[in-house]
Amino acid sequence: MDPNSLLGLDWAEIGQATLDTLNMMLWSTAFTVIIGLPLGIILYLTSRGQVLQQPLAYGVLSFIVNVVRSVPFIILMIMVIPLTKLIVGTSLGVTGSIPPLVIAAAPFFARLVETSLREVDRGVIEAAQSMGATNWQLIRHVYLPEARPGLIAAITITTVTLVSYTAMSGVIGGGGLGDLAIRYGYQRFQTTVMIVTVIILLVLVQILQTLGDRLVQNYQRK
Amino acid sequence: MKTVSLVVLSCIECNKCEPYPLCPRAEGYLFDKERCILIMITLNNVHKEYHVEGRTVTALRGINLSIQKGEIYGIIGHSGAGKSTLIRTINLLERPSAGEIIIDGLEMTQLSGRQLQQERRTIGMIFQHFNLLSSATVADNIAFPLRLEKRPASEIKARVQELIGLVGLTGHENKYPSQLSGGQKQRVGIARALATKPKVLLCDEATSALDPQTTQSILSLLLDINRELGITIVLITHEMQVIRSICDQVAVIDGGTIVESGPVADVFLKPQHPTTRDFVSQDTDSLDSDFIIAQGTNRTFVRVTFIGEQTYQPVLYEVMSKKNIPFIILQGTVSKLKDVPYGQLVLELQGDGRDVENAIASLREQGLDVEVMKVGS
Repeated sequence: MDPNSLLGLDWAEIGQATLDTLNMMLWSTAFTVIIGLPLGIILYLTSRGQVLQQPLAYGVLSFIVNVVRSVPFIILMIMVIPLTKLIVGTSLGVTGSIPPLVIAAAPFFARLVETSLREVDRGVIEAAQSMGATNWQLIRHVYLPEARPGLIAAITITTVTLVSYTAMSGVIGGGGLGDLAIRYGYQRFQTTVMIVTVIILLVLVQILQTLGDRLVQNYQRK
Repeated sequence: MKTVSLVVLSCIECNKCEPYPLCPRAEGYLFDKERCILIMITLNNVHKEYHVEGRTVTALRGINLSIQKGEIYGIIGHSGAGKSTLIRTINLLERPSAGEIIIDGLEMTQLSGRQLQQERRTIGMIFQHFNLLSSATVADNIAFPLRLEKRPASEIKARVQELIGLVGLTGHENKYPSQLSGGQKQRVGIARALATKPKVLLCDEATSALDPQTTQSILSLLLDINRELGITIVLITHEMQVIRSICDQVAVIDGGTIVESGPVADVFLKPQHPTTRDFVSQDTDSLDSDFIIAQGTNRTFVRVTFIGEQTYQPVLYEVMSKKNIPFIILQGTVSKLKDVPYGQLVLELQGDGRDVENAIASLREQGLDVEVMKVGS
């Protein structure tokens, strides 16, 4: 039997779609962390009672984050198409789906970062300040290492969320497993394709979550 | 350092000299080690107010303190008395609302952010809950302040080894704080605070979270450090035991003001303020004064205090047998203040008024402190 037609499916296409999903997930996670981590740090540090307390800056940032987070991804994705074209030149395929994914996930991740930093023992911060640490040193040598387990958990949650977002981006031609499921499963009533893509996504999420949990365990010192 | 007229030096003879016009770190200063006391920390009229939800809470109301270089200065108070705020104003973790904080000649409240960071590196601090980096090993925790100063790795390594030896944690270098006992964590805290060779060590309730035995071992470590390194130690506590074990000077804080201060022996043996008495009675049994008043009118009650060598000499016996006065010991303590022995006895003296007066005079001649609590008729 031709291995390419097991269950009567086009496995080459499924393989390609899986790779596309992984690609979107990795790139969007990377950019989400690059943008969301500093954003989360700024949110935390400018909040009340923190070292850079700035009620106005915090208020504005917090509002923007809330606005972006309250728009459903599927709508956000369509709304930012002009911006996406401006940034990567296309709104289609793997490349075209990365900007909306990052725009949706970065504020979400920033909130998680803010919460993780809030968990850092205030006494340790005070000890570092009593030793003459600068604000940059506080972030670099205290906040980030002390919040590491929380930050890893935040990245895990964000990555899993991004996997489900990538599936949604299939609606506007984003490629990947979601696209496959919609094109074959929904539009052509090939239920098997739908089931297979769901199983692949499920396995992917399981792997990500287990990996994240392991890493958290590994860095947990409390 | 060009700063002038910031250091307060007072000579032993008058103990209240005007601020000295020259800084000891400036060229050609006239500081005389033999005759002058160098004040390490001065607090002038320090106030601290908090604004919480429209209300104003006053934590410190005009604190004046003068702490000599190389001494162990204890500040005792109940919780809420303002002691924690007070020690935290010294390195400006809390900025005072008003007043001056002068450390080794520098007015701390006038420093810029960067200067303050520099100056804080010369002031170590340890905490009740240790405040160690949970994500770093013992060695990395101790290395932390040195890394902040960007010292070379080889120097850091050598210094960390030295400090681990000093605080008795050899073999624990690679453990994480969660694997250590409370006493060991505080040892890490102490090593970390000493890493940059500070001139002052601030101890914020450093032994309050520890059991009595561990408290003693940490206190003796602090005393060793004070003696060997000459570092000035300021500590706050609510335990008289801590003051009695290692402090040279003590200040009692209540309601945001210093209600009594002085050498530990004076404050401890002759407490004046009710709060001080309260703390002293925590540590020693005191005889109920109602009991004394209730006694017959023909007996005299005295409190005799002896300190130092006399504690181990039969002064009381000699005087009383010479004057032929029978006496009863109603209450007594013989113990040590830091490492100075002392004793305090409440005695009932039996005998004629004149003989008793004579005996008291004789005890005083021998250098004992005699407080007459009730005179017999």
